[in-house]
Amino acid sequence: MDLLNAFVALLNFVIIPAATYGSQLALGALGVTLIYGILRFSNFAHGDTMAFGTTMTILVTWALQGMGITLGILPTALLALPFGIAATALLVLGTDRAVYRFYRRQKAAPVILVIVSIGVMFILNGLTRFIIGVDDQRFADGARFVISARDFKEMTGLAEGLALRSTQALTMIVAAICVVLLFWFLNRTRTGKSMRAFSDNEDLALLSGINPEKVVAVTWIIVAALATIAGVLYGLDKSFKPFTYFQLLLPIFAAAIVGGLGSPLGAIAGGFVIAFSEVTVTYAFKKVATYVLPDALAPSGLLQLLTTEYKFAVSFAILVIVLLIKPTGLFKGKSV
Amino acid sequence: MKLPPALLFALVAALYIGTGFVQSWNSTLTILNMGLVSAIMALGLNMQWGFAGLFNVGVMGFVALGGLASVLIAMPPVPEAWAAGGARLYGGLLLGAASVAAAIFTFNRMPPGRARLLATAAVMLLGFVLYRLTFDPARDAVEAINPAATGYLGGLGLPVIFAWPAGGLLAAGAAWIVGKTALGLRSDYLAIATLGIAEIIIAVMKNEDWLARGVKNVNGIPRPVPYEIDLQQSESFQGWAASANLPVETASTLTVKLLYGCLFASVLILIIIALQLALKSPWGRMMRAIRDNETAARAMGKDVTRRHLQVFILGSAICGMAGAMMTTLDGLLVPGTYQPLRFTFLIWVMVIVGGSGSNLGALLGGLLVWWLWIQVEPLGRLFMEAITWPMPDGSWLKAHLLDSAQHMRLLTMGVVLLLVLRFSPRGLIPER
Repeated sequence: MDLLNAFVALLNFVIIPAATYGSQLALGALGVTLIYGILRFSNFAHGDTMAFGTTMTILVTWALQGMGITLGILPTALLALPFGIAATALLVLGTDRAVYRFYRRQKAAPVILVIVSIGVMFILNGLTRFIIGVDDQRFADGARFVISARDFKEMTGLAEGLALRSTQALTMIVAAICVVLLFWFLNRTRTGKSMRAFSDNEDLALLSGINPEKVVAVTWIIVAALATIAGVLYGLDKSFKPFTYFQLLLPIFAAAIVGGLGSPLGAIAGGFVIAFSEVTVTYAFKKVATYVLPDALAPSGLLQLLTTEYKFAVSFAILVIVLLIKPTGLFKGKSV
Repeated sequence: MKLPPALLFALVAALYIGTGFVQSWNSTLTILNMGLVSAIMALGLNMQWGFAGLFNVGVMGFVALGGLASVLIAMPPVPEAWAAGGARLYGGLLLGAASVAAAIFTFNRMPPGRARLLATAAVMLLGFVLYRLTFDPARDAVEAINPAATGYLGGLGLPVIFAWPAGGLLAAGAAWIVGKTALGLRSDYLAIATLGIAEIIIAVMKNEDWLARGVKNVNGIPRPVPYEIDLQQSESFQGWAASANLPVETASTLTVKLLYGCLFASVLILIIIALQLALKSPWGRMMRAIRDNETAARAMGKDVTRRHLQVFILGSAICGMAGAMMTTLDGLLVPGTYQPLRFTFLIWVMVIVGGSGSNLGALLGGLLVWWLWIQVEPLGRLFMEAITWPMPDGSWLKAHLLDSAQHMRLLTMGVVLLLVLRFSPRGLIPER
C-alpha cells in the first residue's frame, strides 16, 4: 500500500504538474521552432506574442462573462480563444508586413532578424502593458477540479490524495489536439507539405513554384494560434502576468534547442524534457521517500536538490548538457 | 542623411543642458551619471557584438556581478558570521568546485562510452552530496547571525573604488565559464546560454542570503565621495556655496553628483582610449576580419574560438565594472531590480542606435538612449494629457490612458530600435 501511496504522491506533485507545464512549453517551443524553420531566425518576441494573445483572449472572456455567456463547467476562455487567435494573427501578419518582410527581401543575416525581433519584443511588451497593465489577472472560471484530493482519498482509501485540476486536464487535452492537428496539417495538406519543403531547402522549394509569401503568412498564422493557445493555457493554469510570459522565453528556447531547432517533434520532446527536469530537480522527495523506504532509513532532510527559484538554472543546465553531447539537439535540428 | 559625429554629440549635449533649464540641474546630473555608466555597458557590449559579432544577451548578469562586487569589497565584514561558519562555507564551495573539476577530469581522461558517462555522473553525485553536507550547515549558521541587520558574511571593508576592477574580474570569471561551454557552438546557442546564465546569476543573488543578504538587500555601501550632510556642515563649503549664490543643500547635492560624474567620466575616457587603440591595432583588424569572414580568418590560421573567448571576457569585464560603478552610485544592492529589459535589451538598443562597431557610437547611444528612457515618461504623460484633454473628466478611457503613460517607455524604445534598424542600419555613428 505504501508503494501505491508513493506513486500517487509522485503523480500528484511531479508527473501531473510536469506534464501540464511540459505541454505549455511544447506549444510555445513549436512556435519558436516553426519560425526558425521557415523564417530562419530565433524570435525573441515569442513570449510577448503569447502575452498579447492571452491579453486579447482575457478581454473577450471578460466581455462574454459580462454578457452572461459561459461554458458551464469549462472555462469561458475557450470560447474567447478564437477571437484571441484572430487578433494575434492580425498582429503578427501586420508585424511581418511592416517589419520582417523588408529584411527578408534584403536577404539580411539571421542575426539581424533576431535584433529586429528584440525591437518587436519591446513594442509588444509595451503594448500588452498598455492594454492590460502589469498586474496579475485571473480569468479562469468553470469547475476547478476533475478530481479533488479529498474525493480521491474517499474513493480509494489511500492516505495520499490525488488532485487533478480541470485546467491541468484541459491543458493536456488541448495541447494533444493541437499537436495532432499541426502534424496532420504539415504532413497531409498541400500547404503543409510546401512549408516542410520550404524549411528543408528554400531554393529547391522556390524552383518548384512554391509561393514564399504564402508559406510565411501561413506560418505566422499557425504561430499566432500556437502562441495564443499556449499563453491562455498557461494563464488558466497559473495566472496571467505580462512579465512572467517574458520570462518563459528561456525555458521555451531551451525546449526548442534541446529538441533541435527547426524540428517540430523535437520541440515537443524538448518541452517535456525541460519541464520534467525542472519539476523533479526542484521537488522535495521526502514524502515519496518516506513511503518507499523502511522507517529506519527515513530521510531527515527534504531531499530537495535545488530550491524552486533555481528552475532557470535547470533549463540552462539541461541545455548545456544536451548541446555538449548532441550539438544539433535530440531530433537533429537544422543549422543555419 | 548622415550627420557628423560632432553635431550629434552637440545635439545630445543640448538635450542634457535643456533638461537643466527646463527641469533642474540636479536631474541633468542624475541622468548624466547613469548615462555615463550605461555608455560603459554599451562599450562592453559593443566590444563583443561590434568588434567580434558575438551575440550576448546576458549583459544583465555581468552587470549584477559587478554590483555584487561592490558589496563584497566595500561592506565591513561580519566577524560573528565568519566565526560561525565562514571558513566551512567557503570550504564547501571549494569542495563543489573541486568535484566539478574532478568530473571534467574524469570525462576527459576516460575513453568514450557508457563507462565514462557513468563514472562522470558518479563523481558529480558524490561531490554534490559532500558539498551539501559541508555547505548547508555552515550557510544556516551564517544566516542565523542577526538576520535583521546582517545574516551574511559581509565584505572586505576596503575602499569601494577597488570594487570596480573587482567587479570586472568577477564578470570576467563568469564570462570565462560561459565562453568555455558555449562559444564553440552556434551563435543562437551563445545567445540562449548568456540569457540563461544571467537569470541564474540573479537567482543566486536573490537566494543566497549568506552572500549579499539576498532579497533583504544591502544598503549603506560606503562612498568614494563625501556625504552631502558633511559638506553642508563644513564651513569652507558653506562659504563657497554662498559665494556661488546657491543654497547649501543644492550646492552639496550638485557637488556630490559632479564628483561622481568626474569619476565615471575618467573611467569612461580611459576605456574609450584603450578601446580605440585596440580597434586600430593589428588585434582590432584581426577581430574584425574574424567577424566579417570567420572561415577565411580560420584558413589564415587564426584561432577563432580563442579570440572569441578573449573578446567575450574583456567585454563582459567592462560590463561588470559598469555594474560595480552603478551600485556604488546607488549606494545599495537590490537584486530584484535587475531586469533583462533594462539591463540587457536596453543596452542593445544603445549599441544599435549608436552604431555597432564604433566606440563613439556606443558612447553617443548610451547617453542618448538613457536620456530618452528617462524622459519618455514625462513626455508620454504630456502627450497623453494632450490627447485626453477633450475627454470628460472621470471617463474610464481617460483614466486608463493617463495610467498607461508609464508604459510608453518600452513602446518608444522598440520603435526607436526598429526605425534605426530600418533607415540607418549602421547606427548614428557608423563604423568606418
